[in-house]
Order: sequence, then structure tokens, then C-alpha cells
Amino acid sequence: MKKVDARGCACPEPVVLTRNAIKEDPSGAEVTVDNACAVENISRFARNAGYQVAAIKNGSEVTLTLTKP
Amino acid sequence: MKKHLPVILTGAVTGVIALALVAFGNPANMGFCIACFIRDTAGALKLQSASAVQYVRPEIIGLIIGSFLLSLLKKEFQPRGGSSPMTRFVLGMVVMTGALVFLGCPLRMLLRLGGGDLNALVGLVGFAGGVGIGVLALNRGFSLKRAYTQSTLEGAAMPALVTGLLVMVLLFPVLFAFSESGPGSLHAAVWISLAGGLIVGGMAQRSRFCMAGGIRDQMLFTDFHLLSGSAALLVVVIIGNLILGKFHLGFQGQPIAHTDGLWNFLGMALVGWGSVLLGGCPLRQTILAGEGSTDSAITILGMLIGAAICHNFGLASSADGATFNGKIAVGVCALILLAVTLLNSNRKGAKA
Repeated sequence: MKKVDARGCACPEPVVLTRNAIKEDPSGAEVTVDNACAVENISRFARNAGYQVAAIKNGSEVTLTLTKP
Repeated sequence: MKKHLPVILTGAVTGVIALALVAFGNPANMGFCIACFIRDTAGALKLQSASAVQYVRPEIIGLIIGSFLLSLLKKEFQPRGGSSPMTRFVLGMVVMTGALVFLGCPLRMLLRLGGGDLNALVGLVGFAGGVGIGVLALNRGFSLKRAYTQSTLEGAAMPALVTGLLVMVLLFPVLFAFSESGPGSLHAAVWISLAGGLIVGGMAQRSRFCMAGGIRDQMLFTDFHLLSGSAALLVVVIIGNLILGKFHLGFQGQPIAHTDGLWNFLGMALVGWGSVLLGGCPLRQTILAGEGSTDSAITILGMLIGAAICHNFGLASSADGATFNGKIAVGVCALILLAVTLLNSNRKGAKA
């Protein structure tokens, strides 16, 4: 599972980085972002691509874990 | 469907408010136009001297403050910036130039289309083409680099500036230039325009409504989510104009538009390409500026100066079509976008 640091990235870069990560390793990815818009976009993209999404909030940062069901 | 509801609702409500603003006095097919309204504001501030397009548009102020208030309420106000600010300033100028060659931002493009203006359809094809170039860049790892946390004062500067502008224009209107004829003289009452901006600003903050993002996400991820907002807006505006008897299908005689197809296409191609590089259309930039993005605030300042240059140097089109200077400017702007795209793309950067 690849780790992606998408903090501070403008829309839609966090989603592009996530997509590229699961292209390389389809088992899943762990993505750290720091704004609500990126959380929504990655979650929507991941569910559309057939992944489950778990979110852990740490201050202003959110780590999203994408796994295959 | 449920997850699409906020953005569909934003599109639909924006359409209704745009129709209402025209009914209350705004120029035809111009309930909203981020580019035109920033340009008019530049005129009112005497940054440009085209006497027909000078008015402090309260819609812009409302959009920024509406987004600011909603982001505060929802604890999403985040002062951030530092992602290539000067590049963004220049991209703001480029996007404004393209919009003023076409005569409208992506939002007004849809409003024009909803009024039956087929020149806007040519613009839409160009816009989608420009977004497509931007998507290619994103796939090649294009990035304007990360933004970082800034102070609260820094993030609140743009909402504070436009609030100050509103207070000044209400208390001391004599300081500003106001058009006595032309599009700048046509406007709804200040409070109506402000309320329209506040409502759309708040809703767009919640739903992330974005014209460029709609087509971009469809191309990048085959994700229809954002595009559903633009579609809802277009449908509502077409139906509304049909009911109001303001739907006139055709190319000729459209309000504040020209029939110069090539330049409608190329102008909006610049806007699409530039908007994807910026991460959002001009409307989205006003919303992000309200949420504390100093990068988007800088982009708006770039658009303001870009608008002044467009009118002071004859780059903006008129009903007669694109100007010679405007055509040269489109070429120069395309070269700028190409340079920005290539110099910020890095195949390695696309990886995690």
C-alpha cells in the first residue's frame, strides 16, 4: 500500500496522486490531506473505483485509507 | 443522486438568481459574470477608462463574503497560500484576457447559452478543448506546488478588502467612476445584487461548484459530480428564459456578444486551459478566496489588473468582434500558458 502526501495540493491534484498510487499498487493507498474538499473528492473517487475509505482526523489533517473490500 | 444534490441545487439556484438579477436590471444574459464584474469593478476603481464598463459589482463582493461566512460557520476557513503566487497572478491575467475576447467567464458562457446564444456553444467547445489541454498537463504531473498555512490576517485580507470596498462605495460613491450608458450602467439594486452574491457564494462554498472542474473531472476520472451542477444551471436558465420569453436561438444580434467564431473558440480555450492550471474557474477562485486561499485572492487581483490592461490597450472584444490587439494577446497568452504548463510539469511529480 503506497503512502501519498497530498497536503497543500490544489484541487484536483490529491485525486490525481491517489489515482496514480492505486494504479501502481491496486491493493490500496494511504492518503494524507488537509482540507475538506480533498477528503470529499478522494472519497468519491475511491468509492467509484471500488475501494472502501476509512478516515482518521488528526487536527487539520485527515488520513484516508483506501482498501479493497 | 443524493451526493450530487448540493451541487445540482447550487447550479439550479445560481440559474434562478441569475435570471432574477437580469429581471431586476443586470445586462442581458449577465445575471452573473465573474470576468465582466471584476472588469466593471476595475473601471469603477479607475484602473481602466472604458466609460461603458464602470461599476462596483456587489455580486463579486457577495460571493467572496458569502463563502467567507459559510466557511467560518462550517469551520472550513483555512488561511493558506504560497503555491506559486506570481504564476497565479499571471494566469489570472491570461484567463481574464481570454474571457474578455469571448465576452464572458464560463458562468456567463452557460448563461448566454441558456438564452439561446449559439456563439456561446462555440465558446463551450473551445472551453472544453482548453480544459482538455489542462487535463493532459495534470496527467503529466503539472503542479503549482504546495500551499502552506498562513496567518488568519493573511487569509482574511481579501474578504476584508471587499468589505471595505462595499462600505466605501455605499458611503462615498462620488469617489468611484460609474457608467452612465452601456453595460456598466445596467444593474440590479445594490442590495439585490449583494444578496444574490451572498446566497450563491455560500452555496458554492458548500458544494464546491465549478464550471472548469465539471468538465475536468469528467475527462480525468469520468466523474459526473461537478458537471451535474453546470447541467442543472443550464437547464434551469433555458426553461426560465423560455418562460420569460427571453430565449432567442441564433448567432446574430445576441446581447453583449460577437459572432467571431474562431475568437470565441480561442478566447474560451484560454479560459479553460488557464482555469485547470489554477485549479478552478473564475467563480471558484472567488469562493476559495473567501475560504482563506491567498493564492486565489492573488488570482483575483491578477484578473483585476488583466481586465484593466484589456480595456486600456484595446484587447477586449466588442459586439463588432475581436480586436487586432486582442488577437495578438490571445497568441501571447497561449504561449504563456504553454510555458507555465511545461515548466511546472514533471512526470515524477505525478507519482506519490
